[in-house]
Amino acid sequence: MTAKDTFTIGSREFSSRLLVGTGKYKDLQETGTAIAASGAEIVTVAVRRTNIGQNPDEPNLLDVISPDDYTLLPNTAGCFNAKDAIRTCMLARELLDGHNLVKLEVLGDQKTLYPNMRETFTAAEKLLAEGFEVMVYCNDDPIAAQELEAMGCVAIMPLGSLIGSGLGILNPHNIRLIMEEAKVPVLVDAGVGTASDAAIAMEMGCDGVLMNTAIAHAQNPVLMASAMKKAIEAGREAYLAGRMPKKAYASASSPLEGLIHS
Amino acid sequence: MQITVNGEPQKVDDLTSVSDLLQTLKLTGKRLAIEINEEIIPKSRHSQHQLQAGDQVEIVHAIGGG
Repeated sequence: MTAKDTFTIGSREFSSRLLVGTGKYKDLQETGTAIAASGAEIVTVAVRRTNIGQNPDEPNLLDVISPDDYTLLPNTAGCFNAKDAIRTCMLARELLDGHNLVKLEVLGDQKTLYPNMRETFTAAEKLLAEGFEVMVYCNDDPIAAQELEAMGCVAIMPLGSLIGSGLGILNPHNIRLIMEEAKVPVLVDAGVGTASDAAIAMEMGCDGVLMNTAIAHAQNPVLMASAMKKAIEAGREAYLAGRMPKKAYASASSPLEGLIHS
Repeated sequence: MQITVNGEPQKVDDLTSVSDLLQTLKLTGKRLAIEINEEIIPKSRHSQHQLQAGDQVEIVHAIGGG
């Protein structure tokens, strides 16, 4: 593409539409290599208790994924209520020297990791009032998405299917409904299993895709990271190019004139 | 005096600051965030903030996650 195809989340501008997580990798070295291969600019991290008294020289994730090289996106994964999510974001902001971009996810239950929208709204309201830029993991309800945007969330991130399921984009019609109304970026935040899923999300016109397990649990995570980078770019270009209309019958690609006959 | 660090009981001397605690736990210089009784203690106040008996201290860092 000739023109620069960037997008804006809150106060920040990005080129890569692939956002990646750092969980579930074999080790930190694999994490670093895969994330470099993905070309991602925004990288999610979790906030957890430090192990006390266990191997103080343990390598730190931030040594591999440096805030100087990536826009870190601390998440509230594992939080099942607004209070824990807010505390986690406050700790993340302190940990990252005032960095205010966060991924809010408040979960409903362990089995589905489906968002608890009531708690998500409560947490979003408080975090926005505290000056955070909130990218919000949410269900695929277009009305909920509109409300989150109206509150001031900087990106709407519906699931394509359950977190870590790899089932792909099961709700394209709902995601389209969300995109039709949204003026902030819409990113698919869960469900991608392989490269074609990412391409499908981008061909639909999503602004980006956030994924973790699809890369980390591939047989070869570094190669899959590279595949995802290409799939996101291919899907984006296909969306911008505009696909041909679907037809019920064949339409020959070679001219019908000048055929030899027997 | 007794405090709780990341859910575990911990004995510290009187007049222990957050910086002292981090030193005892061999965590000085690490990328961390500290919360005491659900309130953030900014890095700039670690050396002056004195721990109190019964304090609930949370020390967190960044790990892999989606």
